[in-house]
Amino acid sequence: MPEEGSVGIVETKYFTFAAPPSEMTLECGRTLGPITLAYETYGELNEARDNVILIVHALSGDAHAAGYHHARDKQPGWWDIMIGPGRAFDTRKYFLICSNVLGGCKGSTGPSSINPRSGGPYGLSFPMVTVRDWVDTQKLLLEHLGIRQLLCVAGGSTGGMQVLQWVVSYPDMVRLAIPIATTSKLSAQAIAFNEVGRQAIQSDPNWREGDYYGKSVPRHGLAIARMIGHITYLSDRSMHQKFGRRLQDKSAYGYNFLTDFQVESYLRYKGNHFVNRFDANSYLYITKAMDYFDLTQAYGSLEEAFARVKSRFLVISFSSDWLFPTYQSKETVSALRRLNVEAIFTEIQTDYGHDAFLLESEQLSSLIGNFLAYGSEQAAG
Amino acid sequence: MSGPTEEIKLNGTGPVVHLTPEHKQIIRLIEDGARVLDLGCGEGDLLLALKALKGARAEGIELSEACIQACVARGLFSVQHGDLDEGLANYPDKSVDYVISTNTIQVLHRPMVLLREMARVGKQLIVSFPNFAHWAVRWQLFVKGRMPKTAQLPFEWYDTLNIHLTTIYDFRDFCRTAGLKIVHEIPLRTSASGQCTQVKVLPNLRADNAIFVLEEAGPGA
Repeated sequence: MPEEGSVGIVETKYFTFAAPPSEMTLECGRTLGPITLAYETYGELNEARDNVILIVHALSGDAHAAGYHHARDKQPGWWDIMIGPGRAFDTRKYFLICSNVLGGCKGSTGPSSINPRSGGPYGLSFPMVTVRDWVDTQKLLLEHLGIRQLLCVAGGSTGGMQVLQWVVSYPDMVRLAIPIATTSKLSAQAIAFNEVGRQAIQSDPNWREGDYYGKSVPRHGLAIARMIGHITYLSDRSMHQKFGRRLQDKSAYGYNFLTDFQVESYLRYKGNHFVNRFDANSYLYITKAMDYFDLTQAYGSLEEAFARVKSRFLVISFSSDWLFPTYQSKETVSALRRLNVEAIFTEIQTDYGHDAFLLESEQLSSLIGNFLAYGSEQAAG
Repeated sequence: MSGPTEEIKLNGTGPVVHLTPEHKQIIRLIEDGARVLDLGCGEGDLLLALKALKGARAEGIELSEACIQACVARGLFSVQHGDLDEGLANYPDKSVDYVISTNTIQVLHRPMVLLREMARVGKQLIVSFPNFAHWAVRWQLFVKGRMPKTAQLPFEWYDTLNIHLTTIYDFRDFCRTAGLKIVHEIPLRTSASGQCTQVKVLPNLRADNAIFVLEEAGPGA
């Protein structure tokens, strides 16, 4: 049963738009339609419609940010610790919306969806999508829900990229922005890890140029991609604390290539578990969207990109995050500061690495809760 | 690093802040609506007071994560977690009216670098520091032969953060070397009850604290 403070039982909803002949033109120049976005909402929209918070998810996230799908559901939404009555995103005060990104595999249109033209799954014929496209589709969802103003957009990692794109694409719509553990442009190191993940998928014989639906899926490749990802989300210290050199279900080395160490077992479990809930092609498309994200390249400079921004910012990084290191958040804050945009920046001391934004943290909860409380009281400016 | 503070309720219903005597002196120096950057802003007491009393556009930099948390919990929207020893690279030239540093320069590794940075960013600088030539300090060293400990300098020698202590005389020389003009010099004497008065006679002996208002010396100065 959902514990106290939870939003309880929630339901995923769907919004379909851009049906032919009114397809949406994507940043890559290609058109796509119809498009479905899966989304969930928590809390109540107030009469003034000014209590709306958009939650944007990271690489493997989905629309299910909080609560449970049914009474016997053991696993709550991915940011349940932060969302609910009395939690940082307090559903007694705010109306929250979270949608699955375009190109994903959790109810939104993506490479595993049926292409109405061919009658079969899109596979690699699905157009390349970008962070800007994600934000544009979220904007259309909000219009559909009759929402013109966002009190806040918040998210970590790839979600943080969407927060930054939101304030750039729709500066008049966003009062408060909370980009967490993110960057205004993906680093070479992060692109490199994404590419190794993609290569693992693409070199799996079951991948078949993305045409594997209804056949054996590229389990191996996707599991390896996820294992690599997990390494980058942790830190040396957190791995040491969590696993050390402890052995898995044995007291001596096996002197073979089966699982010896707990860390191996953990990664294999995470990899295999992921395969059951994620589509390999979606992994390719979403990591590519991350790679393409670069506000500096898109707008000439970060200051140019943020020139029309009107939001107040709460920018948060984590001391042991080596995938999206603190200096990247500081770059964002520097540009905002030079433009006289009000920004709070803090680096939270933690050993949990990039994953810290998903974990229970008194500091994170209180920063977000206070920022929202004061930010919803005072007019921006 | 610390001294007596007074609890003040701002604007009747506003937040409660704790202000030191030199905070109150500094607030008097700031005109309405000024843009202010407080270096080492702590839990934001001075920033809140300047916003409430002077309508200032006040922002701060602070090294402590806990202090940043406290600032956010008090409704401040412009506070940045950072190390002053790294300079003020985010801040454009002459982008604020006042850069304030209260009782902070003595803990920095490179006070000269920060003073020059403050002069670049601010039209004026307000710097306060404990005066190491105060008679009580001299007495402890000269008569007792001990490392001085006072209300302004409460730490043991082995755990003090104060690594660059100075005197009013030495600070005057320092300003000259740094290319800074002294606009006002406010030597202060704090009584046992926390009352703060300006010292007119023998300031370097009788003031336990000093506030300097500085600006960049013009060419040829």
